[in-house]
Amino acid sequence: MLEIIDGIIQAFQLIVSLDPELLQVTELSLFISLSATIISTLIAIPFGGLIHFREFRGKRVLITIIQTLYSVPTVIIGLVVYLLISRSGPFGVLELLFSPVGMIIGQTVLILPIMTGLTISALSGVDRNIRETLVSLGATEFQNITQIILEARFAILGGIILGFGRAISEVGVAMMIGGNIRGETRVLTTSIALETGMGNFGLSIALGIILLLIALVVVLIMNFITSGALTESDRVRGGPQA
Amino acid sequence: MIRITGLSHQFGRREVIHGIDLEIRNGEIFTLIGPSGSGKTTLLRLINLLDRPTKGSITFDGMLTDGHENERRSIRRSMAMVFQKPAVLNTSVEQNVSFGLEFRRVPRDQIQMRVASALEMVGLSNFSRRKAVTLSGGEMQRVAIARALVLNPEVLLLDEPTANLDPLSTEIIEDLIVKINRDKKTTVIIATHDMSQGQRLANRMGVMMSGQLVQVGNLIEIFYHPVNRAIAVFVGIDPIRESVVESNDNNLATIAVRDVRIQAVTNISPGQQVTLCIRPEEVTLSLPDTCPTTSSARNCLPGTITHLLPYGPFTRVKVDCGVSITALITRQSSDDLHLSPGKQVMATIKATAVHVIPDR
Repeated sequence: MLEIIDGIIQAFQLIVSLDPELLQVTELSLFISLSATIISTLIAIPFGGLIHFREFRGKRVLITIIQTLYSVPTVIIGLVVYLLISRSGPFGVLELLFSPVGMIIGQTVLILPIMTGLTISALSGVDRNIRETLVSLGATEFQNITQIILEARFAILGGIILGFGRAISEVGVAMMIGGNIRGETRVLTTSIALETGMGNFGLSIALGIILLLIALVVVLIMNFITSGALTESDRVRGGPQA
Repeated sequence: MIRITGLSHQFGRREVIHGIDLEIRNGEIFTLIGPSGSGKTTLLRLINLLDRPTKGSITFDGMLTDGHENERRSIRRSMAMVFQKPAVLNTSVEQNVSFGLEFRRVPRDQIQMRVASALEMVGLSNFSRRKAVTLSGGEMQRVAIARALVLNPEVLLLDEPTANLDPLSTEIIEDLIVKINRDKKTTVIIATHDMSQGQRLANRMGVMMSGQLVQVGNLIEIFYHPVNRAIAVFVGIDPIRESVVESNDNNLATIAVRDVRIQAVTNISPGQQVTLCIRPEEVTLSLPDTCPTTSSARNCLPGTITHLLPYGPFTRVKVDCGVSITALITRQSSDDLHLSPGKQVMATIKATAVHVIPDR
C-alpha cells in the first residue's frame, strides 16, 4: 500500500519537474504513433473508399478478413514485421529492426485494418440517396466519391482516433521491433513494462498518467472538431414519409 | 424533345415498368399520375439517366442516351431532378444548393449570386447558413427544389415535389413551377399521386397503372373519358358495370343496366357489353317529381340515398336507383335539400355526361 502512495507522489514530482527522460520517452511515443496514424490514414481512406465504391468478387470476404484483423494480437504483427525486416528477412538490408522507422511500420500495419474497416463502415453509413442525388446533380465519379468521403468525415475521424489509440497503447510491436533501447526506441508502454519489472513504480505510474492524459487530449480535440456534427436526436431526416 | 420508345425496366426479376412509349414536348408541363407503386419514380429515374433501362430507348432532341457514362452525364447536366425523399448533405443550406454548380465548374462569384436568388425563390433566404440536416421535411424539400432550380435546367423532373409540404408551401412551389415553365420555357415532368395537383399544373397528363402508361391526354380526356375502369376509379368515378347497349339511334344510345335504362351519347352498336362512367360532379340531385324537362337528352332516375360521405366542402352522395349512382354536391345544397340516408331523390344526368367504355 505504501509503495503505491509513494509511487503516486513520485509520479507527480516527475511530471511537475518535467523530467527530461520522461519528456523524451513521451515525445518519441507521440512521434512514432502519430506517424503511423498519418501513414495509415493516407492508405486507409483511399483503400477503404475503393472497397466501398467498387463491386468485385470476394468483397464480403475481404471485409470480413479486415474486420477479423481489428483484434489481431500486437505480438503477432510484431513477429511478422520482425521476420520481414530482420537481418535475414527480405527487407533486412534496410536495417530497420530496432529503429523508430521499424516501429512506425509495425504500428502502421497494426492499425491499418481497423482504420480501413471503419472507413468502409463510415462510408456505408452515408445515405444511399445522397449518392444518387450527387449523380443527379451532375457529379463525376471522382466528385461524387470526394463528396461522400467529406460527408462521412466525422465517422472517418472517429476511426482515425481509434487507430491512434491502438497505436500509442500497444506494447507488442514496440517491444519486439523497437527493442526498448533507452534514448532510441523506448516508448511510454515499453517503459512502463520495464520500470515496473525493476520496481520503479513511481516512474511507471507517471508514464501511465501521461498515457491517459494523451487519451484525454485526443478525445477533447475530437469533440471540439465534431462539435459541428449533430447528435442523432438533433437530426431530422426526410420528414414525414409520403 | 424527349422521346421514349418501348421502355421497360426490371429490378431483379420484377418488371416495374413495361413497354412505355411517350413523347414529352419542348416547354410543356407533363404530369405523371397514378397510384403509388405504379412506376412513376422508376420512369423519372430512367429519364434522368440514373438507371439504364432493361429494354427500349430514350432520346433527347434525337440524341440516344445509351452511350458511355460521360456522354450520359453531359445530357444529365441539362436536367435537374427533385427526389421524393430529399437527401441533403451535412453542411450549410447554401453549400447544398451550390453542389450542382460546383460540379459544372461555374465560377465562385456566379455561384454565390445564383444560389442566393434560388434560395429567395423558395423562401429560404434566411436559412442559407443553417445546417441543412437540422431542417424540417418541408424545408429540406424546398432546399432540394432550390438545388434543382439553381441549375437553370432545360428539363425539370419532380417526383412528388410537394408530398411533404403544407398547403401554403405547396401553393408557393406550384406557382414557382408554373412561373419557371412560363419564363424560362423549362420542360417540366411531375410525378404525383395528387390528381388535383396534376390538374392545376399540367398541360398534358399520363396515367400510370402497374408499370404501364395506360392513357395520355389532356385533363378533359383523362377525367371525363378514361379508357378503362381502373383509370375511371383512379380519377374519382364509380364505374357502372354489367351494362349492355340496347339500341342506338344516331349516336344517342339507350343502355340497359339491369332494370334501369340510361341514355348516353356514343357510337357503340347495340349488343355490346359496356361500362358507364359518370363524373359525380355531373349528377344533379333534386327532390322527387321535380325532374326538369328540357330539349337535351337527360336521364332522370328516381332513387333512395344509401350513404352520405363528407368530402371537404362537398358531400359524396350514393343513390340507389336500381343501379348505384354517385353524386358530388356542395355541403350547402346537401343541407338545403335535407339529404339523409333513406330519403327519396331524383338523380339527373345529361346524356353527354355519360362516358361509355366498351368491355373487352
